[in-house]
Amino acid sequence: MRRVVMVTAVAACSAFFGARAMANEGVLKLTQDPNQWVLQTGDYANTRHSKLKQINADNVGKLQAAWTFSTGVLRGHEGSPLVVGDTMYVHTPFPNIVYALDLNNEGRIIWKYEPKQDPNVIPVMCCDTVNRGLAYADGKIFLHQADTKVVALDAKTGKVLWSAVNGDPKKGETNTATVMPVGDKLLVGISGGEFGVRCHMTAYDMNSGKQVWRAYSMGPDNEILFDPEKTTSLGKPVGKDSSLKTWQGDQWKIGGGCTWGWYSYDPDTKTVYYGSGNPSTWNPAQRPGDNKWSMTIFARDADSGMAKWVYQMTPHDQWDYDGINEMILVDQEIDGKKRPLLVHFDRNGFAYTLDRKTGEVLLAEKYDPAVNWATKVDLDKNSPTYGRPLVVEKYSTQANGEDVNTTGVCPAALGTKDQQPASFSPQTGLFYVPTNHVCMDYEPFHVSYTPGQPYVGATLSMFPAPNSHGGMGNFIAWDARKGKIVWSNPEQFSVWSGALSTDGGIVFYGTLEGYLKAVDAKTGKELYRFKTPSGIIGNVMTYTHKGKQYVAVLSGVGGWAGIGLAAGLTDPNAGLGAVGGYSALSNYTALGGQLTVFALPD
Amino acid sequence: MFSSALMKRAGALAIAAALLPLSAAVAPSPSFAETQTFSKQGDPTPVKDEDGKYFDKNGAPTYKIQPDGTVDWFTYSGYRRYHAECHVCHGPDGMGSTYAPALIDSLKTLDFDHFQEVVVGGRQNVGGGNEKVMPSFGLNKNVMCYLDDIYVYLRARSDGALGRARPAKRENKSPATAEAEKACLGE
Repeated sequence: MRRVVMVTAVAACSAFFGARAMANEGVLKLTQDPNQWVLQTGDYANTRHSKLKQINADNVGKLQAAWTFSTGVLRGHEGSPLVVGDTMYVHTPFPNIVYALDLNNEGRIIWKYEPKQDPNVIPVMCCDTVNRGLAYADGKIFLHQADTKVVALDAKTGKVLWSAVNGDPKKGETNTATVMPVGDKLLVGISGGEFGVRCHMTAYDMNSGKQVWRAYSMGPDNEILFDPEKTTSLGKPVGKDSSLKTWQGDQWKIGGGCTWGWYSYDPDTKTVYYGSGNPSTWNPAQRPGDNKWSMTIFARDADSGMAKWVYQMTPHDQWDYDGINEMILVDQEIDGKKRPLLVHFDRNGFAYTLDRKTGEVLLAEKYDPAVNWATKVDLDKNSPTYGRPLVVEKYSTQANGEDVNTTGVCPAALGTKDQQPASFSPQTGLFYVPTNHVCMDYEPFHVSYTPGQPYVGATLSMFPAPNSHGGMGNFIAWDARKGKIVWSNPEQFSVWSGALSTDGGIVFYGTLEGYLKAVDAKTGKELYRFKTPSGIIGNVMTYTHKGKQYVAVLSGVGGWAGIGLAAGLTDPNAGLGAVGGYSALSNYTALGGQLTVFALPD
Repeated sequence: MFSSALMKRAGALAIAAALLPLSAAVAPSPSFAETQTFSKQGDPTPVKDEDGKYFDKNGAPTYKIQPDGTVDWFTYSGYRRYHAECHVCHGPDGMGSTYAPALIDSLKTLDFDHFQEVVVGGRQNVGGGNEKVMPSFGLNKNVMCYLDDIYVYLRARSDGALGRARPAKRENKSPATAEAEKACLGE
């Protein structure tokens, strides 16, 4: 009841005073209320941590499935439901259905919204038709569809309030990401790095759907919203044409740098943070230069979109190590000094700890010991390679060249971690990270560009990291102040589910076989597991209803993980006597689309 | 030479596919009940060699794998192209994914002509909560210039003549093949 009143009050204030400051306050307040879950990321800082502790290390072993809901769709289910007041909002992969479920009435469907989308968008999406979920602000539910239409729905009725078109699937522009409501704006990214799309971050007016600003990842300064004097990289102004100078000719026009990950926001400085993806094509020989600003962490002013600072993690990518993973904003003591930090677990296998105000890289360490493509990131400020990874020649697909199979590169293209988000517990000061433990062979070759057609240009084969536990994933606890793994749980398959930590001293995550697991936040000891109907690539969330804590997760195997693992991976060197034929995920789980909600017995 | 001929043929198919009503592109799902020795493809034994490219008695491109495992250039090239263009949906080694069929099974019921038709025109199988759509690759040179290669590779996989691993040894690309490739890509 209390919550309902608050939501209504916030909506009323916004309507009365104009939404600008109030909407921001509204979302901020709602994210601070652990009883609700209004953003996919839990909060603006992307911590995915809940203060709830009814379910804790002592009693989580008694957890039970309380109720379930079938989404009616059998594809990869990423993201999580939202809970606002007494209503739960559940989304699906393509066709991107939205259900509003009444928690006061045993999950009865209050309304259902099903957009009409051209099925031809399906094959343009790389790697399944996933969608990483809805966002709530100001009485509205926001959905970013596969075909790039952004829709604002009335949270009470499901009525479309406005819609905007963010891209063109005929050119390979699609969407899988969630959106982030910030102030009176909605931040929206785009996919298409495998189709030569030049990607961007766009802000829409939350109340009208009108475009406010658009910042491309590459191109002229006025299109990437850079101030050559004020925008900095590694502490220095970037200068004029910082992106154009790093591309040959017009190649930046089909440069990629997509923005399909997670977005975070620091309300104190009004800064948004996100990463950009791989440069197009996957054949590095065809695009000489650093290819800025692909593979980059961006810090932008939320109101104007102007870039405050940038940091390119993987210049001239040669392995498809997209930089789109979440930026987690925390304040921690490092070297005896409390600092505003940004912690990022990159696909390239390095975990970065930066000062989020200045963009200074404080630490960059491997979060899987298998990572081998670079020895380290050079953090010597006097070095000519300051800020750059020191690439091992043997694993450089650029150095080895076109038509040469570069073997044994770790991590594989799907990264030491893909988009599946980590959590941060202020209780332990640790990050909980779902990871992949997979390596690859990578052979780039010449490819020609046709608009709307795949523009890949490399052959990949992936296999579990050799000389290790034999599994394809780990779930780890990470100390970002020291750059060290605290504990690591081996998993048979990549962990493709977003983590949730709570003040109950526990961490939840899902596995590709379909288990929801709870582990002790201090030790990693497994305290609970339950096998849901299908593999989990969704993110775990928690909320309360009528004073009782619930934990919820979507099952439905698919996504990137559903490609390679469905049939099992083989060791490409099996012919040389190594063990071949690893277990196939299809022996453990099948397609599904289901929400499972857990609670303690009454 | 074969390549430009192929492109002409592919172009004609692309137009044909565009003119077809949508329903015509939706072929019935292949049945897995058929159990022919060499499936729909027939006997893969090569009877003709054109500059390192092999053809069976029906004139369809085929693979040639020597006793020591050396594969012909097209089988190898098909391996590469498949794992660039096809595997993001159809899974590694033609084994299928959670949302696209295993082509090593599909080829047991699809012959060369049908294979080309589907690649050029695409295919849709929507509804039932599991939407499956294959795009048209008729305009994609990275696929169309290597249609025979991909087919030959998948034919070898489907027949069980080639395992899941990357082919270790291969014949070299013939000068004529390199020439034809360039012409097809328009370079």
